[in-house]
Amino acid sequence: MSLGSVPLKYKISIDRDQCMKCMRCVDNCSYGVYRIEDDRIIIDSRKCTACHRCISMCPRDAIMLKERPVDYRSHPLWTVEAREDVINQARTGKIILAGMGNAVDYPIIFDRLVLDACQVTNPSIDPLREPMELRTYIGKKPSKLEFTKNNGDIELTTKLTPNLKLDTPIMVGHMSYGAISLPAQLSIAKAVAKTGTFMGTGEGGMHEAIYPYQDHSIVQIASGRFGVDIDYLERGAAIEIKVGQGAKPGIGGHLPGEKVCADVSCTRMIPLGSDAISPAPHHDIYSIEDLAQLVRSLKEATDWEKPVFVKIAAVHNVAAIAAGIARSDADAVVIDGFKGGTGAAPKVFRDNVGIPIEAAIAAVDQKLNDQGIRNEVSIIASGGIRNSGDLAKSIALGADAIYIGTAALIALGCRVCGNCYRGLCPWGIATQKPELVERIDPEVGAQNVANLIHGWTLELSELMGAAGLNSIESLRGNRERLRGYMLDQGLLDVLKVESVGA
Amino acid sequence: MCGIIGVIDRTMSRMDGSSIKEALSLMDERGSGEGAGYVAYGIYPDYADCYAIHVFFDNLLEPKTRVDEILKQWGRIVHQEEIPTYEQPGLKKEHISWRYFFKPYTDLMIGTTDPDDDNVKHLVMHVNANIEGALIFSSGKNLGVFKAAGWPEDVANYFRIEDYKGYIWLAHNRYPTNTSGWWGGAHPFNLLDWSVVHNGEITSYGTNRRYVEGHGYQCTMLTDTEVVAYLFDLLGRRHGLPSEMVVEALAPPFWDEIDKMPPKEEEFMRTMRLTYGPALMNGPFAIVVATKDGIVGFTDRIKLRPLIVGENGSKLYLSSEEAAIRTMDPEVEKIYMPRAGEPVIGRVTE
Repeated sequence: MSLGSVPLKYKISIDRDQCMKCMRCVDNCSYGVYRIEDDRIIIDSRKCTACHRCISMCPRDAIMLKERPVDYRSHPLWTVEAREDVINQARTGKIILAGMGNAVDYPIIFDRLVLDACQVTNPSIDPLREPMELRTYIGKKPSKLEFTKNNGDIELTTKLTPNLKLDTPIMVGHMSYGAISLPAQLSIAKAVAKTGTFMGTGEGGMHEAIYPYQDHSIVQIASGRFGVDIDYLERGAAIEIKVGQGAKPGIGGHLPGEKVCADVSCTRMIPLGSDAISPAPHHDIYSIEDLAQLVRSLKEATDWEKPVFVKIAAVHNVAAIAAGIARSDADAVVIDGFKGGTGAAPKVFRDNVGIPIEAAIAAVDQKLNDQGIRNEVSIIASGGIRNSGDLAKSIALGADAIYIGTAALIALGCRVCGNCYRGLCPWGIATQKPELVERIDPEVGAQNVANLIHGWTLELSELMGAAGLNSIESLRGNRERLRGYMLDQGLLDVLKVESVGA
Repeated sequence: MCGIIGVIDRTMSRMDGSSIKEALSLMDERGSGEGAGYVAYGIYPDYADCYAIHVFFDNLLEPKTRVDEILKQWGRIVHQEEIPTYEQPGLKKEHISWRYFFKPYTDLMIGTTDPDDDNVKHLVMHVNANIEGALIFSSGKNLGVFKAAGWPEDVANYFRIEDYKGYIWLAHNRYPTNTSGWWGGAHPFNLLDWSVVHNGEITSYGTNRRYVEGHGYQCTMLTDTEVVAYLFDLLGRRHGLPSEMVVEALAPPFWDEIDKMPPKEEEFMRTMRLTYGPALMNGPFAIVVATKDGIVGFTDRIKLRPLIVGENGSKLYLSSEEAAIRTMDPEVEKIYMPRAGEPVIGRVTE
């Protein structure tokens, strides 16, 4: 007996009095919700992903979208999603894929941390009238200053290794050309150049269009080594080895062949239309020593002129792993929390594997500090950072800087519909279909992303000023500026944060 | 609030504590009667080569027995006695103040270039973190901290500080606002030869504390200022930075200023900020730090707390208020206010 289909999730309707049949909804919906029959717009709500493209393009605000009420018998354990997943897997026998970040209702630790503000005894600082320093250097730092004294003159003998200079501690994380479209990537590249920060290229190589912004790009090496040659390494301002990703720790990446158009094929150095599989293990890294060798090899290849980062997913023993990475000549450890986004991940991974970034930052920061090497290596945090409050809290927990991913995509139009893996993104972001890709104007996109970074930077300045801080160094790892609200003692101990009222 | 005053006689002529008591008492409005203290350098010439370890004991039974044991394990107690105190109607005695003159066993601290100091630093951290009812609040050579929860004049009279003679004096009147007033929380804070008095709050305390804790220091005094003594010990003694460089690390120029410096200076300051970013101090502060060779005073980078300098011959004064300096030395000649973050240094000339 057939299991049939599961009920539709969203119900689309059109206010026919308002509708002027301009057909923009038909043209804009890449999922095929709308079609024309006999001069009438017909709706197939089953195909809707709630991407909101039609709504945002409708000139008459005639389209309404509602989440459909649950029409199963309600049950606290057998939720609608649990039942539908079983039904779908009973029908297909496949792994369920999902896009974007973890969609399980875990408590968000960021929302249970509160920041400090000055009152009488300690004046708050007005960032509009006083200097506020957000400049951040990412890379190795000396443990102490070495110098010689000649007749009272101090001669520095310490030589700094190359660091990335950020005007704001906000970077845009690695989203490869292939996973996202070229105009989307180009928008981000232009935005980071405008705001004095950096973006990750992802593992997809570097397209020629990004070359003008290469000084603001961090090139990535995943296990597939796609697009990697000496030219690619030399173009990056820094190099990042991707070991793990927050949305899918322990498994690799997979770009379906349908997304490998001619341009992607050329940039990635893979055959046209072939699947690009980047498995979890790097086949030259089976130990921390192997990782150290790769770090040094990359430095050697680029004349020790570029910082090398190592990205790992936040998992149970993340602090010890990060401490090992810190001692491997790596200049920064990137930690990606389990709310990090992705183009496609098995849903079971996305929703169940890894740990929240807040706990991971604090644990790594504390471990490195216990070992007396915290300032010698940078920590970059990513995975579910939604606003400048999350940013400030990340830094107070110990991050040097953050990567944003989903937030940058939302600035480009993404409505977090979670269907990135289908390659039909109606906003032209997670797709390579020419007719969809052209929906992003890189100039407009760049301005939107730059506005976002600029807005968060202003807010971070205000938050710091309110806390009486005028230098980002003094917020980094400053747990005194945080209090936990309704967090259990075990987690407070990991975060090294006191409870509200303390 | 809080009032600070410090003086150095660069010729190392020793002054008694009577005038600094008067000067500090003049700034009573800057305090709340919950903490005052003094430190003087050169007060123990008879034991100049011993570490003078001042301890608050809750009682002389278990905590003192344990401190005696650990001191005997790590060195030799040359002499010990209760610090003389004199009952004051306005000051409630809460601890017994004791002093040891101590010589550490040099060969017990191996693998360090500074074994005696490292030995004593270890002892201070260990006792303060682990022995309940004992708190070492002064541990340098030929110097001593005297402090309690009370008004400046009561604390001075309690220890009768006019009986001590030193070539450097620092004094502090506390108005506690972020932690409660208690004897250990009064200033000066001291470790080895470093002593610190501070007016203000250190908003970067969490970062600074974490940094020093990563290098073997433990913060036990429940207030932000003690971290300054440890930062000076780490950067000044262990990393060998001269005092003015320590100040540059703790209150560095803004990036805008660094960017405009000549290349060599720019590289120096950039390297300094990257190396000592976690030591950078933020918040409103005026701080005076003393060591056996001199004193240094400095404020935060936007000067949210006052600091006044006065000079008279071999004497250099640093204080929150000009009136305090004039009380101490009516003949003072040169009075000026340093710029934000600018160190004012007085060094002994002999």
